[in-house]
Amino acid sequence: MSAPDFLVHESADTVGVIVVEGVQAGQTLTGWVMDTDATIQIEALDPIPLGHKIALGDIANGDTIIKYENDIGKAVADIGKGHHVHVHNIKTKRW
Amino acid sequence: MSKPTFHGYRRENGRVGVRNHVIILPLDDLSNAACEAVANNIKGTMAIPHPYGRLQFGADLDLHFRTLIGTGANPNVAAVVVIGIEPKWTGIIVDGIKKTGKPVEGFSIEQHGDIATIAAASRKAKEFVQWASELTREPCDVSELWVSVKCGESDTTSGLASNPTVGNFIDKMNEWGATTCFGETSELTGAEAVCQTRGATPEAGAKFMKTWQAYMDEVIEPFKTSDLSDSQPTKGNIEGGLSTIEEKAFGNLQKIGKKTSYIDVLEPAEEPAKGPGLYFMDTSSAAAECVTLQAAAGFVVHLFPTGQGNIIGNPIEPVIKLTANPRTVRTMGEHVDFDCSGILRREMNLDQAGDGLIDMAIRTCNGRLTAAEALGHREFVLTKLYRSA
Repeated sequence: MSAPDFLVHESADTVGVIVVEGVQAGQTLTGWVMDTDATIQIEALDPIPLGHKIALGDIANGDTIIKYENDIGKAVADIGKGHHVHVHNIKTKRW
Repeated sequence: MSKPTFHGYRRENGRVGVRNHVIILPLDDLSNAACEAVANNIKGTMAIPHPYGRLQFGADLDLHFRTLIGTGANPNVAAVVVIGIEPKWTGIIVDGIKKTGKPVEGFSIEQHGDIATIAAASRKAKEFVQWASELTREPCDVSELWVSVKCGESDTTSGLASNPTVGNFIDKMNEWGATTCFGETSELTGAEAVCQTRGATPEAGAKFMKTWQAYMDEVIEPFKTSDLSDSQPTKGNIEGGLSTIEEKAFGNLQKIGKKTSYIDVLEPAEEPAKGPGLYFMDTSSAAAECVTLQAAAGFVVHLFPTGQGNIIGNPIEPVIKLTANPRTVRTMGEHVDFDCSGILRREMNLDQAGDGLIDMAIRTCNGRLTAAEALGHREFVLTKLYRSA
């Protein structure tokens, strides 16, 4: 495949990371799942900056966010597949 | 990749350095001016000013002494001039460095004044730097190399690529018998249970958890704000896409590779004593504080993966900067020694990136100036445990 638009650490993860600049809402993105070497596609529903996360499926308020196959915090709002995932809708479970 | 060799400076105590500094080291804040004057007089020497060393006591004073002695004792340093306001504490630093066998001389300012002290110290510094300039490098095995790692201004590209590249380096170096070190107690929060399992023995894992818990109990609990997200993650981390301390911690932990276990847990600036292998050191996650402590423990070359572009250097330990963030490569390229953004484009894999980083580290050990060295970054920041008396 050509250079991916987003990367996913593990197939169990519920978020991926945008690795290109300028992603716009409505753009179809190609992703590389690093542990399985699989290729997936998702439509971005928000503009998402380089390095920021995209929801790989629908996430409900209170759900645990999985990245590196591990718990990296919880959703504090419903997040639909393809939307931007960041400090406005997820939060640490510590502190 | 086959096991590489490098050319280093073998010191009196057998340790190998990759730089040949003659440093002018102040005991205390008051002596910075004299040290800077000496370094200005005698070309090829370097003053290392800092803001502390007065009215400290107990564990905080012990750490101050350990950090200064360790800085002078580091094998990247050929010889040391120490200047302090009074002779007693100055002598403690001199005697500590002297145990390595390297040339060291102390000067104190009281009853002499700055000008006479600067004159006497300058004569000694000139003698040291001319002596050091005739030392030569010799072939050394990578098992003699002590490498520290710490990341900064991390973002999600750190966890995806630059930290795993360092991890690949650590896994290879560990098999070759090098001594390596990671730290950042606070920044492992969220991944502490996984980090515990990376101890080579149950004792090492338990010692890590005890260290991490002590930080939580003694620092976070008494001083925490409603949400430490104001500093963990930092504003730069958040700009780069990191949302929570847990996400940052799992990215951070990629630096110790997939196979390597830590064999012991060190106090800040404590020299490893259990032979080759990976060590965890109890440090702040602030870049300059952490690297200063690692250099004081004897580490001679540092790997610093960054996402958004931390620009740190250290006066005596060369800091090799790597990043996988293509925007950082584009906008801050002068700070980047090794670009591994190709991983994100699937142009290189981690094994290739790790080999490339080893190559850059060997070149640096052989004398190549890092970006931070060429740009003059000499951040020397002492860790303070509590207020002075």
